[in-house]
Amino acid sequence: MTDVPINKRADPNDIRDRGLSETPEERASYLRAGHTLRSWFLTTDHKRIALLYLVSVTFFFFVGGIAAALIRIDLLTPEGDLLSNEGYNRAFTLHGVIMVWFFLIPSIPNTFGNFLIPLMIGAKDLAFPRLNLLSWYIYVIGGLCTLFVLVAGGVDTGWTFYTPLSSMFAHGQVVMAATAVFIVGFSSILTGLNFIVTIHKLRCPGMTWGRLPLFVWSHYATSLILVLATPVLSITLALIAAERLFGVGVFDPKLGGDPLLYQHLFWFYSHPAVYIMVLPGLGVVSELVTAAARKRVFGYWFVAGSSLAIAAVGFLVWGHHMFVAGQSMYASAVFSFLSLVVAVPSAVKVYNWTATLYKGQIAIDPPFLFAASFIGLFVFGGLTGLVLAMLAVDMHVHDTYFVIAHFHYIMVGGTVSAYFGALHFWWPKMFGRTYPMVWGRIMALLIYLGFNLTFFPQFILGYLGMPRRYHVYPPEWQVWNVLSSTGASILGIAYLLPFVYLLWSLRYGPPASANPWGAAGLEWTVPSPPPKENFVETPVVDYPAYNYPMEMEEGARG
Amino acid sequence: MVDQPYSTVLQQREAATMGMFVFLGTEIMLFGGMFAVALGLRLTHPREFVDSSMQLHVWIGAINTAVLLTSSAAVALAVHAVRARQFRATSVLFVIAAVLGVVFLGIKAFEYATEYREGLLLPPVGVQRLFMDLYLVSTGLHALHVTVGAGLLAAVAAFAPQRATLVENTGLFWHLVDAIWVFLYPVLYLAR
Ligand SMILES: [Cu+2]
Repeated sequence: MTDVPINKRADPNDIRDRGLSETPEERASYLRAGHTLRSWFLTTDHKRIALLYLVSVTFFFFVGGIAAALIRIDLLTPEGDLLSNEGYNRAFTLHGVIMVWFFLIPSIPNTFGNFLIPLMIGAKDLAFPRLNLLSWYIYVIGGLCTLFVLVAGGVDTGWTFYTPLSSMFAHGQVVMAATAVFIVGFSSILTGLNFIVTIHKLRCPGMTWGRLPLFVWSHYATSLILVLATPVLSITLALIAAERLFGVGVFDPKLGGDPLLYQHLFWFYSHPAVYIMVLPGLGVVSELVTAAARKRVFGYWFVAGSSLAIAAVGFLVWGHHMFVAGQSMYASAVFSFLSLVVAVPSAVKVYNWTATLYKGQIAIDPPFLFAASFIGLFVFGGLTGLVLAMLAVDMHVHDTYFVIAHFHYIMVGGTVSAYFGALHFWWPKMFGRTYPMVWGRIMALLIYLGFNLTFFPQFILGYLGMPRRYHVYPPEWQVWNVLSSTGASILGIAYLLPFVYLLWSLRYGPPASANPWGAAGLEWTVPSPPPKENFVETPVVDYPAYNYPMEMEEGARG
Repeated sequence: MVDQPYSTVLQQREAATMGMFVFLGTEIMLFGGMFAVALGLRLTHPREFVDSSMQLHVWIGAINTAVLLTSSAAVALAVHAVRARQFRATSVLFVIAAVLGVVFLGIKAFEYATEYREGLLLPPVGVQRLFMDLYLVSTGLHALHVTVGAGLLAAVAAFAPQRATLVENTGLFWHLVDAIWVFLYPVLYLAR
């Protein structure tokens, strides 16, 4: 580590002094603008609200992770010995509810989006700073409701709350869980609204739409989905609660209601919600790839446009969750086709990243490693999604571990990798300190290995026919389940690692310069950590996005 | 006058108006879910749906439609008044609109009470019950919006009739509440 004794106050004028507990930049930064609890809990600074989200989202990630650990331990043996049937149902339900609504959906937008969008477009804050704070409080209230559900005995419906199970048969805290998700939905809506208006109205002079970083484009597309899809979930959950509390029979076949109507409404929200979860990750990877290659992104408009295309087509594919639910076969055929179509813009992004990396001077830093594992896992998850979109194949693997593996490749392999990639890339900007690169690399590798060991066997299990949500299974499948649980423990350790070295870096990490990665983008022109008002003078942009020096190719080719 | 992230008053106004329009978009999607449910039920039970609809008091609904449209007209005039810097008129027109909103709620409550007395509101079984449930949930959700909207109108009339952007945006919200009723009324009362 360092040979400077920690208790010795070092030379405050020497920014490189590693024994220094506070740099001049830090003293002038948003982190030191007020030390009281009040200055944090009543702040309207988008950067501080981002940190509030960072802490709360991380907390729920570990609560959801504990539920996952229980599931994986129980699945080590073919018998259900750790948890009762009921307990197992409650474990996977809470795992799903918490991970989807309290981690994945807010993870990248509400932390990094909140922190970076104003910095990237040259604004002093989001358009509605107080609304932004309100959004965090709504998130916390929703989170407290979820914790109440957890303490009060849980729910056993699965995160999808399918009727008639949820409306007529399930016991447990269905209404409270639906309320929690209902509440947190408003947090999403307010954040999405804030981002849309910010990106439209607060771009600094010269920051045209064509000069926006791709991170901003993907958050714009995400916000459109947040704002347009979430209300449909709200009304659907309200109808479930009304059905349980007052017997409103919209989903009750006894009254002529239709349980399948619920699935239509739920997936009309929840398929676009998949893109809420993954689009911000795609935006992060666009930034990491260009920064690692130190090149302009290949095909800027294709990458930007593909985000919007994903958001638009994503609204038209929900029926692929209902291929075996008795849906009309003509509808299924159309949904199957559209589900193949929605893969095209995702593929466009992958091709463009690859082309960006081609002949780049790639720095093998932790952010690049996370981006690379994102691309690999996202491609694999996407391709298995195409398999599932085929009507005939879906008959065989529907509701099996194949589906579980598929969406974990996208959600965990994709989004969580992007989340940690973003954390490692912008950490020096957010806190003004660098962390030991070698630990970042080790973590990235452990995540990649642990992830594949956890979820690849689940593709095989699903293909062999192991249904999801069962914890008792034939003994011949034990080997795959043991492999998966082994991978999960590696993954668990990998997720705990950053706690050590990132928190260590807060105090003992060498101070970061304004632009430690040599990356382009307005956020790298302000000090690390940024001052409270972001920009002392409003910046003026007269250069394109990713303004890296042009490649040497032209000369070399001659 | 200009708040933190903005550099000009115009920019701040545009942002506020845009924020309101986006919010109205989410409201439309919220009620859109409700309308989708209504469409689904109607397609599965066309006969019973119409039979149940016939039993609603179409004239009470018509009067309520007139009341809401009148209040929307008052709001539109208030927006004109605030642009002409006639703040007293703005205030008065907003109060009129809010009172009409309360009148709407009163008539609605009377309608619920009548239906309850006639045994219409909570029939025991079948699609008729389903229709009335849908009617209750959707008109109830709408009534909630009327309540919030009337409260906003009254608050703006009392405390900030000179803030043009606020007046316009409150007006926009009220127009949306009105427009939703303009769709709810035919779907529930007239689609026979
Ligand atoms: Cu889907």
